[in-house]
Amino acid sequence: MTPLPLPTGVRLTEQQLKNRRMRNIAIALCVTLLVVLFYAITIIKVGPGVLHPEG
Amino acid sequence: MSLANPQSSQAGPLVAIEEYSAGPKEYFALLKPRVMSLVVLTALAGMLAAPGNLNPVVGFASLLAIAVGAGAAGALNMWWDADIDIQMARTRLRPVPAGVIASNDALAFGLILALLSVLILAVVANFLAAGLLAFTIFFYVVIYSMWLKRWTPQNIVIGGAAGALPPIVGCAAACGHVTLDSFVLFAIIFIWTPPHFWALALVKCRDYERAGVPMMPNVKGPDRTRLEILAYTLLLAPLGVLPWLMGAAGALYGATSVVLALPLIGFAWRVFRVREGVEANKIAMRLFGFTILYLFALFGVIVLERGFGLFAHWGL
Repeated sequence: MTPLPLPTGVRLTEQQLKNRRMRNIAIALCVTLLVVLFYAITIIKVGPGVLHPEG
Repeated sequence: MSLANPQSSQAGPLVAIEEYSAGPKEYFALLKPRVMSLVVLTALAGMLAAPGNLNPVVGFASLLAIAVGAGAAGALNMWWDADIDIQMARTRLRPVPAGVIASNDALAFGLILALLSVLILAVVANFLAAGLLAFTIFFYVVIYSMWLKRWTPQNIVIGGAAGALPPIVGCAAACGHVTLDSFVLFAIIFIWTPPHFWALALVKCRDYERAGVPMMPNVKGPDRTRLEILAYTLLLAPLGVLPWLMGAAGALYGATSVVLALPLIGFAWRVFRVREGVEANKIAMRLFGFTILYLFALFGVIVLERGFGLFAHWGL
């Protein structure tokens, strides 16, 4: 059985891992806010009829 | 985003890195939140003073885009001015000079937010507002930060146009064109900027001198600065009353602008007269603090007066 290669590269500190997690959460919240905002803006600008274009 | 040394990401033994550990709080600080709050208030006043009835969701989205645009300009300013900021007590703890955020990360963050804010404003409001926001960011970063700031003691006078534009951007976002009222609001902030910044520069002139920034006190001297502070304040006080005289603001605004003009001129006069010792610095800092209160109060009252009218229109 071949042994697994040793991990290489950068090892982040606990604080950096925590900060990265927090940054990811912040980005997720911003993207969610944008999705909600664009949905609301679309409904306001085009009207509810956008969901039934042939009606 | 948190690589201290690009070579350390190459294959090799595990390397622990300590630098550039920034969380959302540090990135938020990069947006200059205090400046952003003033931009939000003045842009909101411009929106509410615009003719027509603003949809609340469109208004909120536009305001958000303007705030993010202002934040992006702040981040790009911090990226460019890191070499100056590290030499000044007031700014050396900012994320880039403090080594919390890498310079390139601040640049990327600022550019992405600037692009996003302009695109979002174009989509939710109109191209005029988006173009004006793009011009504001360009003016602040390129004309003010990269050129005027290190070149002339008139840096904050001319550069003040960038900080004064938000009411015009807000007005354009709300009604699709710019009005005379929004230009008056622009003029108030534009004339307000020199006494505000020079009051601080009188106290921090050694910092500016060390950093090589040609502010009025360390180029033309404190006496000339005090005279110009007084002149700009004497211009600002009647200008502050103008929205009421033009009928763009109500009686509460009129009363506020007249009442606050008196201590404003009083502080500027004392700065002009008291030129020596600790007391001179104290009075300059008082004027600096009062100018902030003055601007927040004027624009806050416009928001209150117009905001209540809009709430009534929405039936709230």
